[in-house]
Amino acid sequence: MYLPVSAIVLTSGLALVLIGLWVMLIRKNLIRMILGFSLIDTGTHMVIVSLGYVTGGTAPILDQAVGTVDAVSKVVDPVPSALVLTAIVIGLGVTAVMLSYAVRLYDQKKSLSIDDCAESKW
Amino acid sequence: MIKRYFVLFILLLLGMMLLQVVQSYHEHTRLGSLATRYVGEGPKELGAANIVTAVVVTYRGLDTLGEVTVLFISAAGVGLLLRRRKEEAPGEPSDLRTPASELVRTAMDLLFPMVLLLGIYIFINGHLTPGGGFQGGAVMASGVMLLFLALPQAPVSHTLLSLTESLSGFGYVLIGVLGVLLAGGFLDNRIMGLGRYGTLFSAGAIPLIYILIGLKVGTELSSVLERFRR
Repeated sequence: MYLPVSAIVLTSGLALVLIGLWVMLIRKNLIRMILGFSLIDTGTHMVIVSLGYVTGGTAPILDQAVGTVDAVSKVVDPVPSALVLTAIVIGLGVTAVMLSYAVRLYDQKKSLSIDDCAESKW
Repeated sequence: MIKRYFVLFILLLLGMMLLQVVQSYHEHTRLGSLATRYVGEGPKELGAANIVTAVVVTYRGLDTLGEVTVLFISAAGVGLLLRRRKEEAPGEPSDLRTPASELVRTAMDLLFPMVLLLGIYIFINGHLTPGGGFQGGAVMASGVMLLFLALPQAPVSHTLLSLTESLSGFGYVLIGVLGVLLAGGFLDNRIMGLGRYGTLFSAGAIPLIYILIGLKVGTELSSVLERFRR
């Protein structure tokens, strides 16, 4: 069976999202939950990039190989790449804030388990 | 245990839903209308060889300004959450750590300037090659990370970091406003000549904006790393 390369990236991106959700819902350790978030983040990036792929296209950077005249028929969609660039930076910022919350919680409770934060559950 | 099966069940349902997305997926064979406009007109209009850069810095420049703002706010949040008490001397707890090995320290001496230089190269050439301000800034911050690994007590000037960050952020907005006054709109890169297409001094204000973004992201990520060093 022939599988286009973008379909493989799409499938593995969605699989990463599912694995990340599993990690976030099952694990008790705060660091592992943040890792689960990062997996979802990465999976989403892969999905967005794969949706911008055009069969046989190359990177949207023009040089000797891809001239300005025939660029439209040779390159992939630049908009999803630009969106993912934004998404990576936002994901990094969110992860940094979550990790510093984890550091603060560890300072107070001397534990990284979510069960030790039960008083803030409801 | 019952919770584990419940989660598995939910994820299975979600997976079945996503499977239908994958099954109905067809690879595009040509660009959509928006992308055709960007790729076809972008090089002529803005003079940038890297279309992704043209989209990030000019066509969607306002989004990038928002993105830089989000990064700034998260750096400020990390700084607020991990601020040091006055009584705890910075560096006292890390004395318990084993010092970095000879190998790491020697590699740091050799690599630190080169990593910074590579970061600068990446953001200066953002309009010609893969890369740009965010990537170059992240590479520079990875150099700072190496510095902290080798010398956990390395002195870092907060004044210099926050001054560079504020000035480059201010310069970015200033260039945006100049775009309104001198060219077609906010963050328009045609406030200066487009130069010869494909050379370093081309694409109007794009290299200038990417230098400022690179400096801002590099110093912001460095100060985040500095906060996590305890």
